[in-house]
Amino acid sequence: MALLKSNKVIYCLGNITPSLGVLSTRNSSWWGGLQMGPPDPILGVSEAFKKDSNPKKMNLGVGAYRDDQGKPFVLSCVRKAEAIISSKQMDKEYLGIGGLGEFTKSCAQLAFGNDAEVLKSGRNITVQTISGTGSLRIGGNFLSRFHGGPCDVYLPKPSWGNHTPIFKDAGMQLKGYRYYDPSTCGFDFTGALDDISKIPEQSVIMLHACAHNPTGVDPKPEQWKEISDIVKKRNLLVFFDMAYQGFASGDIDRDAWAVRYFVEQGHNILLSQSFAKNMGLYGERVGGFTVVCKDAEEAKRVESQLKILIRPIYSNPPMNGARIAATILNTPDLYSVWLGEVKEMAERIIRMREELAAGLKKEGSSKNWQHVIDQIGMFCFTGLKPEQVARLTKEFSVYMTKDGRISMAGVTSGNVGYLAQGIHAVTK
Amino acid sequence: MSVFSEVALAAPVAVFKLSQDFNNDQFPNKVNLGVGAYRTDEGKPWVLPVVKKVEKVIVHDDSLNHEYLPILGLPEFRSSASKIALGEDSPAIQEKRVGAVQCLGGTGALKMGAEFLRRFYNGNNNTKTPVYVSSPTWENHNAVFANAGFDDVRPYKYWDAANRGLDLAGFLGDLESCPAHSIFVLHACAHNPTGTDPTQEQWQLIAEVMMRRQLFVFFDSAYQGFASGNLDKDAWAVRYFVSMGFEMFCAQSFSKNFGLYNERVGNLTIVARDADNLKRVLSQMEKIVRTTWSNPPSQGARIVAVTLTSPELFSEWKDNVKTMADRVLLMRAQLKAKLQALGTAGTWDHITEQIGMFSFTGLNPKQVEYMVKERHIYLMASGRINMCGLTSKNIDYVAESIHETVTNVQ
Repeated sequence: MALLKSNKVIYCLGNITPSLGVLSTRNSSWWGGLQMGPPDPILGVSEAFKKDSNPKKMNLGVGAYRDDQGKPFVLSCVRKAEAIISSKQMDKEYLGIGGLGEFTKSCAQLAFGNDAEVLKSGRNITVQTISGTGSLRIGGNFLSRFHGGPCDVYLPKPSWGNHTPIFKDAGMQLKGYRYYDPSTCGFDFTGALDDISKIPEQSVIMLHACAHNPTGVDPKPEQWKEISDIVKKRNLLVFFDMAYQGFASGDIDRDAWAVRYFVEQGHNILLSQSFAKNMGLYGERVGGFTVVCKDAEEAKRVESQLKILIRPIYSNPPMNGARIAATILNTPDLYSVWLGEVKEMAERIIRMREELAAGLKKEGSSKNWQHVIDQIGMFCFTGLKPEQVARLTKEFSVYMTKDGRISMAGVTSGNVGYLAQGIHAVTK
Repeated sequence: MSVFSEVALAAPVAVFKLSQDFNNDQFPNKVNLGVGAYRTDEGKPWVLPVVKKVEKVIVHDDSLNHEYLPILGLPEFRSSASKIALGEDSPAIQEKRVGAVQCLGGTGALKMGAEFLRRFYNGNNNTKTPVYVSSPTWENHNAVFANAGFDDVRPYKYWDAANRGLDLAGFLGDLESCPAHSIFVLHACAHNPTGTDPTQEQWQLIAEVMMRRQLFVFFDSAYQGFASGNLDKDAWAVRYFVSMGFEMFCAQSFSKNFGLYNERVGNLTIVARDADNLKRVLSQMEKIVRTTWSNPPSQGARIVAVTLTSPELFSEWKDNVKTMADRVLLMRAQLKAKLQALGTAGTWDHITEQIGMFSFTGLNPKQVEYMVKERHIYLMASGRINMCGLTSKNIDYVAESIHETVTNVQ
């Protein structure tokens, strides 16, 4: 048989059938017709920020915590845990598909409370996932395959930008319920209840457990109670996304209140957890996905199917971050250090909110900036319009997503004044 | 009434069930020849000395943090990993038409490649494009491509059970008769589970047909360095195909050759026609990554990148890899010798002709069952054994067991 000697390949395009005519266009590549994908709206902000040479530039895009010097913060409990792990010289054998047992157990305890009935009865199945994204994706895949109800996931309006493509790729359809009220920069409680009351039965409703992303607007406990009631009435399947436990108020129990309340009220929820922010383990990809089942027997069945879903995606999850998290959660000394450090991060955010609001007042802004203080968690939905955001970026090198969301974590005592200046300039 | 009351109990993945059964077995001389992970002669997992060294450096480096990696992964990892596959002086790399996506292990790399191909190859969202996997193949190949949305995942002839070798005529026949633009998953070296690789001449024949019929080349490279002990030798097929001008994917795993199993270190190397095509491909890969895991885990990639980019560490790593490969070769030689000495029926040349971690012994399901139940030696129903499970202490017992099994069970 003749061997092709030349390195240059000439595809015999003339022989391709008409239906594959697309292959004949560009440079005989399989990908000639492929469009450039649009940059990710959130991560794309960081890319643009990096290219900017303005010394006063601020990255208020991605939600990664920064200390008051604007530097990434590696928690000391993490460093201590790493030292302990390093000294143990463990092997690197594959984890089971569901992940590290010490991690998944303590992950569930953190969410539900150590003495929760749901844990004692063994009716939860918690698997280790690739942080929050991986958890949501597994959840979406699971719903797509097994949920008998409508394959609609109802997201609050607005929600984290990546929720929609994740669930779409998992095979679900997306719908929304009213949530954010732009006129108050607060919670549209009546609108939410109204919309939720009309959601078809057995649909999936996504709730942000605390520190709503992107708005920072959370329901109050009394409001959560009413939401629980109407969700129960409508027989909806609840999917909680908890990416900021501890990070919102500084108190891990307080931030898990809604999740625990719903479970107590009998909702058998789905839950995604992330340890990216509250343990600063972003790049280690530490997360959990939980299904609260009817009983332990059902949990076993669900677990077996989750494994079948996970195996063809990445086989089994990464060890490093889960080991760090498990060490922290299961070592009392480290656990209390962690609680302190989470509180410290949350409190710095709260301080920056107060300083930003004060700064805007000082600049002479006549607008109401109360929402900057009332909103909670890493993000602040400023209320800035896209044109104002564009100006803030262009004229002040302040980078944020065009929905007006800023990551308070990127604000420091050194730059909060500059930020107030910029916001005032584009809104006056 | 639960929403999940209809969810059936799924069967466990066979290879993990095997390990579970092994763990539960109380027999003192039990042997685990199941899961594909390297073991030392003491039967223990082996964290490579170079990995221990690099990990120490990382844990003491206060300038490092745990920030998100870019969506496509750690740049130094991606480029150095691709260089390992394609060669330091690869013309394709010099022509700037090679890119990569850091993924979660080899599985993750296959997944990303599969998702991309389903969306963008041979039309848009063409779920009907046939995907061919070898018969037999790693059991997860089927699920990876099926779950990525491909409706038609089929076997191509590969293993000739009667002759215990490659069914080249069958393989080439499938290449000639398959629908145009079919995707073929090729094992770069150390075929799993048979340990039987095409020779260089055979690869050339395979490449010729694939080029002529415009079939898509998707290499699965999970054992580079592990097969022969030599990285370049084990990458010959991949590099040959690149030199032939294919646009192709190569899913790389660093689980075995770096012993980084649980850190999930993989790389999808992409060879495109030119830089512009590459750029567009990578931009679409980002979107797929973003909805699956957002960005990959940093620890394992860091270890590999630090190792590959330091001449001394790279050299040390190659030695570590050779250590593993050499032990496997030794066990192969000894097992064959012992079976021959015992006069075990049949020919056992395939034990040393096959390459890599696995050997397709030729034991049939009944014989396998006998081995497991009566001899407490755990191997896959296909007759696949992991050579790494053999040690100087258990090799006699295993050889005797095979002998007894072949003699008493047909």
